[in-house]
Amino acid sequence: MTEILRIGVDVGGTNTDAVLLRGREVLAEHKAPTSSDVGTGIVQAIRDVLSRAMVPVGEVAGVMIGTTHFTNAFVEGKHLSRVGVLRLAAPATLSVRPLAEWPQHLVEAIGGHTAIVAGGYNYDGRPIRPVDPAEIRRVVAEFRARGIRAVAISSVFAPVNKAQEEEVAGIVSKEMPGAHLTLSSELGRIGLIERENATVMNSALLAMADRVVGSFRQALANLGIRAPFYISQNDGTLLDPDSVVRFPVLTFASGPTNSMRGAAFLSGAKDALVMDIGGTTADAGALVNGFPRESSIAVDIGGVRTNFRMPDILSIGLGGGSLVVAEKGGVRVGPQSVGYRILTEAMVFGGSQLTATDIAVAAGYAEIGDRDRVRHLDKKFVAAAVDEIHRLAEEALDRMKTSAQDARVILVGGGSVLIHRDLRGVGELTVPRQAGVANAIGAAIAQVSGEVDRIFSYEKLGRHSALEGARTEAIDAAVAAGAAVDTVHVVDVEELPLQYLPGGAVRIRVKAVGDLVLGGAS
Amino acid sequence: MKIGLEHVEDLARGAAILGTGGGGDPYIGSLMLRQAIRDHGPVDLIDVEELGDDDFAVPFAMMGAPTVLVEKLPNGGEMVAALRAMERYRGEQVRAILCAEIGGINALLPLVLAARCGLPVVDGDGMGRAFPQLQMVTYHIFGVPLAPMVMTDEYSNTVLFECASAFDVERLSRNLVVAMGGSATTCLYPMHGRDAKRSMVRTTISLALDLGRTVREARRSSGDPFGELLAYLRTTTYYQHCHVLFEGKTVDLLRETKAGWALGHVVIEGTGSCAGRRLEVQFQNEHLVAREGAVVRAIVPDLIAVLDAATAEPITTEGLKYGQRVKVLGISAAPIMRSAGALAVFGPQAFGLAHEFTPVEILNPDAARQ
Repeated sequence: MTEILRIGVDVGGTNTDAVLLRGREVLAEHKAPTSSDVGTGIVQAIRDVLSRAMVPVGEVAGVMIGTTHFTNAFVEGKHLSRVGVLRLAAPATLSVRPLAEWPQHLVEAIGGHTAIVAGGYNYDGRPIRPVDPAEIRRVVAEFRARGIRAVAISSVFAPVNKAQEEEVAGIVSKEMPGAHLTLSSELGRIGLIERENATVMNSALLAMADRVVGSFRQALANLGIRAPFYISQNDGTLLDPDSVVRFPVLTFASGPTNSMRGAAFLSGAKDALVMDIGGTTADAGALVNGFPRESSIAVDIGGVRTNFRMPDILSIGLGGGSLVVAEKGGVRVGPQSVGYRILTEAMVFGGSQLTATDIAVAAGYAEIGDRDRVRHLDKKFVAAAVDEIHRLAEEALDRMKTSAQDARVILVGGGSVLIHRDLRGVGELTVPRQAGVANAIGAAIAQVSGEVDRIFSYEKLGRHSALEGARTEAIDAAVAAGAAVDTVHVVDVEELPLQYLPGGAVRIRVKAVGDLVLGGAS
Repeated sequence: MKIGLEHVEDLARGAAILGTGGGGDPYIGSLMLRQAIRDHGPVDLIDVEELGDDDFAVPFAMMGAPTVLVEKLPNGGEMVAALRAMERYRGEQVRAILCAEIGGINALLPLVLAARCGLPVVDGDGMGRAFPQLQMVTYHIFGVPLAPMVMTDEYSNTVLFECASAFDVERLSRNLVVAMGGSATTCLYPMHGRDAKRSMVRTTISLALDLGRTVREARRSSGDPFGELLAYLRTTTYYQHCHVLFEGKTVDLLRETKAGWALGHVVIEGTGSCAGRRLEVQFQNEHLVAREGAVVRAIVPDLIAVLDAATAEPITTEGLKYGQRVKVLGISAAPIMRSAGALAVFGPQAFGLAHEFTPVEILNPDAARQ
């Protein structure tokens, strides 16, 4: 297992990074601007790390790709399919129509065709109404007449019972052969509006997912790689290509997760704070049990409310390109930044803008560009700016802490050079050697997961057996997703009593993860 | 005034602040209200003095689990069905809709119904905050009978409760809510203008709107939402005694369900000027008491609001998690809520607390002079 070779690729908006790992050892790394033709960029990145390490293609056991493709396509409203939205809920829920509060350009991009039909369940699994097949056929005929090829199906309390969604999917498939379908029960989580939004987003991306995953497949085939490949999802675990073709929405916002997981891998820490400092922002997050702590509030993507599993990230305007300005009473660092123009605009590179990087060089703790260009800066001013940079980092880290004790902190990202001394409230500060490609490493080492999120009756089952049942379901789901049985363990258990209800109804969420089983080519 | 689309966000945020941790996340309510206003136009908000003494007016509220409401959203028609059933039973036509609970989602639902029926909503409610039980309203304190109460579900199934005791209505209907799938619409405390005038906590809808707007505008201008929120509260009659009781980070959280209630406490470890101290906030759906060691800092029916320390966004007890940066506000309840009769129904003893009620401004004399 430890000798297996794997490649991690992170296709970001700015850079495409790649790493080649043998077990826990980083054999080679690559960083280059993302090409407009993504397939070509991936091919170049992989070819580069293989040739640097002088490893033949045949020895690669797996390729893991992190990508912002689907997030960007949705946010920009590009390449989206028109979607028919079918909600099984009537007579309940009529007070809020599907796509309520979506930005107008996205409603136009997907067509805005919705219907609320008979169906849905109560929290205890009792149907609100049975499905009416004639009604479904009528609605599907209307969708078809409008040229719609993708349908999103969501039912009330689908996480408690998915039978109706499956029944309706059967009818839709018959009436609209080859339709792109998404069922809300496959996307989990209580919260009809958010789950339905995710279901619609997913349906809108299905046609594109076919193409993108196809181009990844082609890129790997061109390289002669026959090993399986995977795409990382937002909770730091992997999806196989067939799952991405069905659930592209699960790849949203996998970037911060990958860099945090990479930080955990490089430092060996399971519980720590991670700060990823880039050119414009620093993202602070918390690792709990080796995984990013998830956000508990609803997350908007492109102005649409969702309930995706997203890491709890605090972004502040501190990066290598942050502008440094004198202000009455002190120094201001960021949030304005020269961003990717740092190579021409920062003073140490011959530009005229004073950036955080210039301060780090002037203070003598970073060696970047030409130090002579910042020698004239006032020493007191530089010292004050260094204080401010560290204060900003300290404050962000402190806000992510869960206890008053000093935290272990791992710094990654190109901007980690800005920090050079102990931070207040930080016990141990680590800057791993391959900090710059932490995200590609995070993709390479990702595990697979299974999750359950449903309402259980403690009065009927008792707390113990309800929790046990949920744990078993989550573990089974992880194994079904490809985890090695002996490595699967539960990483998260959450109980939320349902307020105001007698009967001991409790919402239980359990997540299990395990190492991916890779066929050993080595 | 008219409540239009532009007011919904402010009202929802203000209602969440006054919800003191409970009352349900107003997000679903705000989606419903936006749709109702788009479909039927803005809602007239009138002063209680504009009601004739003999005008028939009825309060509305959802009863049940907020967690159910995020899945099984209301139909909207069940509120109309309840209204019509009440009219038939009483043989009177409803002239205005009243609000029972300004805290949480129930602040918005009466407006949804009013939009659909083209009726005005009276500016005020029955508590100036949120409470978990049907008898915990000033309507009850001032002798307006709870019954007859109409309860409906999404099929417009309609059940009528005629009980002499408000407590009996609460007990019987609580079980019916379960049979109706965990949430139901109620039309209760039917009354006339003269009763509304003597029993309402007045103008709380405009107050909630102002609270929400103050926070929104402060974030864009001064960047000091707390300063402006407190400054605004101090100009009001009810909420003039208000203090930042504590500032810190949540370090312990216990939640459990007993007899259908969400019970628990959150422990906040002080930061900044509160460093080295700890505050414990105990809740039963809503926050009941805030204590530093044995010292009570605020207690029900005064309001205890937990807000995000940076943005002043209110946090419900369901939204609490470890490591949040929060500020805790103690806010005086309306004087009408602090009478001996009122305290008997929703004072500390009604929630099984051993403490006597002491007004927040007496518990925090130093803070009051700040």
